[in-house]
Amino acid sequence: MSDTLPRLSLRGISKRFPGVLANDNVSFEVKPGEIHALLGENGAGKSTLVKMIYGIMQPDAGEIWWNGERVVIQNPKVARKLGIGMVFQHFSLFEALTVLENIALGMDAKIPQRELEGRIKQVMEQYGLKLDPRRIVSDLSVGERQRIEIVRALLLNPTLLIMDEPTSVLTPQEVEQLFVVLRQLAKEGCSILYISHKLHEIKALCETATILRGGRLVDTCDPRVETSRSMAEKMIGGNLRDIQKPAGRSFGREKLVVTELSMPGLGHFGMSLKDISFKAHAGEIFGIAGVAGNGQTALLLALSGEATTDDAQAIRIDGEEIGSLNAKERRLKGLASVPEERNGHAAVPDFTLSDNSVLTGRDRLRLAISGIIRPRAARKYTGEVISAFDVKTTGTEATAGSLSGGNLQKYIMGREILQRPQVLVVSQPTWGVDAGAAAAIHQALVDLAAAGSAIVIISQDLDELLQLCDTLAVINGGRLSKAMKVSEADINEIGLLMGGIHGEAAGTSPSTGAAAAIGAEATSAA
Amino acid sequence: MVVVTPIAAVLLTMLIGVIVFDAIGINGQKAVVDIFLTPLLASYKWQDVAVKAAPLIIIALGLSIGNRANVWNIGAEGQYIIGALCAAGVGIAAGGAGGPVIVTLMVLAGVVGGAAWAAIPAALRTRLSVNEILSSLMLTYVATQILGYLVGGPWKDPNGRNFPATAPLIPDQTLPILVPGTTIHLGVLIAAILPFVFWAIMARSVFGFQIRVVGSAPQAARHGGFDSKQTIWLALLIGGGMAGLAGSLEFTGALKAINLGFPSGYGFTAIIVSFLGRLHPIGCLIAGIVLADTYVGGQLAKTSVHIPDSTAGIFQAMMLFFILASDIFVRYRLRIVRTQKVAPAMAPGE
Repeated sequence: MSDTLPRLSLRGISKRFPGVLANDNVSFEVKPGEIHALLGENGAGKSTLVKMIYGIMQPDAGEIWWNGERVVIQNPKVARKLGIGMVFQHFSLFEALTVLENIALGMDAKIPQRELEGRIKQVMEQYGLKLDPRRIVSDLSVGERQRIEIVRALLLNPTLLIMDEPTSVLTPQEVEQLFVVLRQLAKEGCSILYISHKLHEIKALCETATILRGGRLVDTCDPRVETSRSMAEKMIGGNLRDIQKPAGRSFGREKLVVTELSMPGLGHFGMSLKDISFKAHAGEIFGIAGVAGNGQTALLLALSGEATTDDAQAIRIDGEEIGSLNAKERRLKGLASVPEERNGHAAVPDFTLSDNSVLTGRDRLRLAISGIIRPRAARKYTGEVISAFDVKTTGTEATAGSLSGGNLQKYIMGREILQRPQVLVVSQPTWGVDAGAAAAIHQALVDLAAAGSAIVIISQDLDELLQLCDTLAVINGGRLSKAMKVSEADINEIGLLMGGIHGEAAGTSPSTGAAAAIGAEATSAA
Repeated sequence: MVVVTPIAAVLLTMLIGVIVFDAIGINGQKAVVDIFLTPLLASYKWQDVAVKAAPLIIIALGLSIGNRANVWNIGAEGQYIIGALCAAGVGIAAGGAGGPVIVTLMVLAGVVGGAAWAAIPAALRTRLSVNEILSSLMLTYVATQILGYLVGGPWKDPNGRNFPATAPLIPDQTLPILVPGTTIHLGVLIAAILPFVFWAIMARSVFGFQIRVVGSAPQAARHGGFDSKQTIWLALLIGGGMAGLAGSLEFTGALKAINLGFPSGYGFTAIIVSFLGRLHPIGCLIAGIVLADTYVGGQLAKTSVHIPDSTAGIFQAMMLFFILASDIFVRYRLRIVRTQKVAPAMAPGE
């Protein structure tokens, strides 16, 4: 392999944004047919780097060489012409259109619909991707939607495929399916640049890993011989802290009890909640797993009080019925929440951190008394959050929007945790957060539970849930599965529940429709 | 940028004014100087500017609250009319009685009347999701009809030679004049003080916080436990109340009678004041003076360069246009994009 011309070669790439050097003299090569991991914490410069390869941005310095020739990639069209394809983390699909229409819209060249359909079918057959081109996107699961993006990229016969965090929205079985496709592509000579921070996946899939930290290339290694821990430590540039979880913990009394909670869906394509029941005890960390778009958003809003129900007894905290109370009233009863969207939901980007503390802490912390805000108290509390959670910011008067994702998340988690809530409901606590910040957030959650609060974590990151939680349930199609002890849980069963197969039928006689298709794939993969 | 764009908008308006007037054969420089500068430079015009600025500032303060919370009250003109009519109603009911108590009651009736008129779009919006832009605007025309009916019918001045107008207020039912020998009445002082009160409320109270959050990030407002319906109600009631206050002050302080010419467009011009003042209370104070300046200047230009005084309206509209346009340029950059010819990207299958 070493004597072949590299497919892609980056030489001394630098890119500067106001106030930050996103890429600093980065050089590496991707060989034909190689599955190459690009590894790094959030903010390490991975996205900036691939955006330059795909022509979305231009480097300030350095050269890009393609099959031995120096190229300038002005825009994504040029990149696609060269044979570079990209599958983004966030899909750009029209919900109301069919698979075929979505693919046709994304093509640079106009191709007659029938010919396009033929080619789509051919590509799908070649790679074993199951997808009906005539189905409407809004009916598809996230895994199926990703397949549309992959097919769209493959139709251009790419010789380099960039995958940006592709597995964050997939069930374990879907991940295995994806890997089969990627390995086949690589065998046929297509290079793959695989961006992720999930180390066990990289170990399973990739031959080479380039590790970025703070915009610089810190190491290029073979993930198959490294341990997950050694790669993680290169990634964060220090020793990884283990979560201190007291062993043999016992739970206290019931804190949060949800009984047959049903809510209508939000908007046109929103998922409704159906008969959700669970209990979280004092000291317990209760996890809710599931693939995105299965009712997690609606569940968080229903628990936080941003959506209320007339059925007041459906949600109880310490025995008190709170189903009909709004978010402010629930906070006073001791229920705090952190939604997954940081900017514009958990925090107001244009506001200072102090003002953002007033947003959720004004009553519980008396940051406002009889309708008058106490700016000094708000600043003091915000200062405490910043120092306790090691938030990197210019101070309490920095706007929330000026913080990086991880730092803003640390601030938001800190803002809620230091209010000492009886129950804390968190969605995606470490989404887009670097490993160091994630460890700090995880530790804070464990500590809060140890202090006697009940914690509910809604996350799509199964690893995170298995690591943190005492109890786990799976949400699918707006229904919540039975809770199971994490110590006794079977990863295969969880995966099947996430894919929509409930209970005993798993694997043998799958139920109906889309669930059946996924189930069939899942069993063949397992 | 917050301060630069309004100033740029005013300067651009003046520049374009000069060019356009010259083009149609009018001395553009003189017209623009008369409309924008003379009222501010000639001390005998200051009282006119102050009296005209007062209602503009007061209405704009209320509208700014709504605009910040993305509640668009376009019907301040109607609320202004209803406010004045309510003040007149109290005055008539009081008969010959007057004095501070009666005048205070008249002004308060104006506030309540304006708020009640704005409560209609608020109820329609929160109960039936009717767009408040349309309902508040349409109610302005209803208010005008009510005014026409009252001043032409039950409230018509018997000694008014059959003109449709109310009888002039007795002196005891009017606001006190602050500076003897001028027309500067108590309402001007109120308009000068209120911006600072609003500033304090917006900066320090939970209510002001709520308005700011709702306008900036509605989802975050819900997360913080602020009720969106309550915000709509408050924004419209305050906007209406302020417009009603302006109407009753204008009636009891400046005009002292209501006729068909009473609705002079202050409620609409205040929308410009609110945006030119960047929805900030102190900004509204300054912008109110600028707009009043163009009103007074328009009158001057009518005699000096013989252009209709509605020309001032054109300038006011241009200011709004330029402030909204310059905000676009602050946020976005224009780039000339040439379309490239791209060869079909799809190679034949292998």
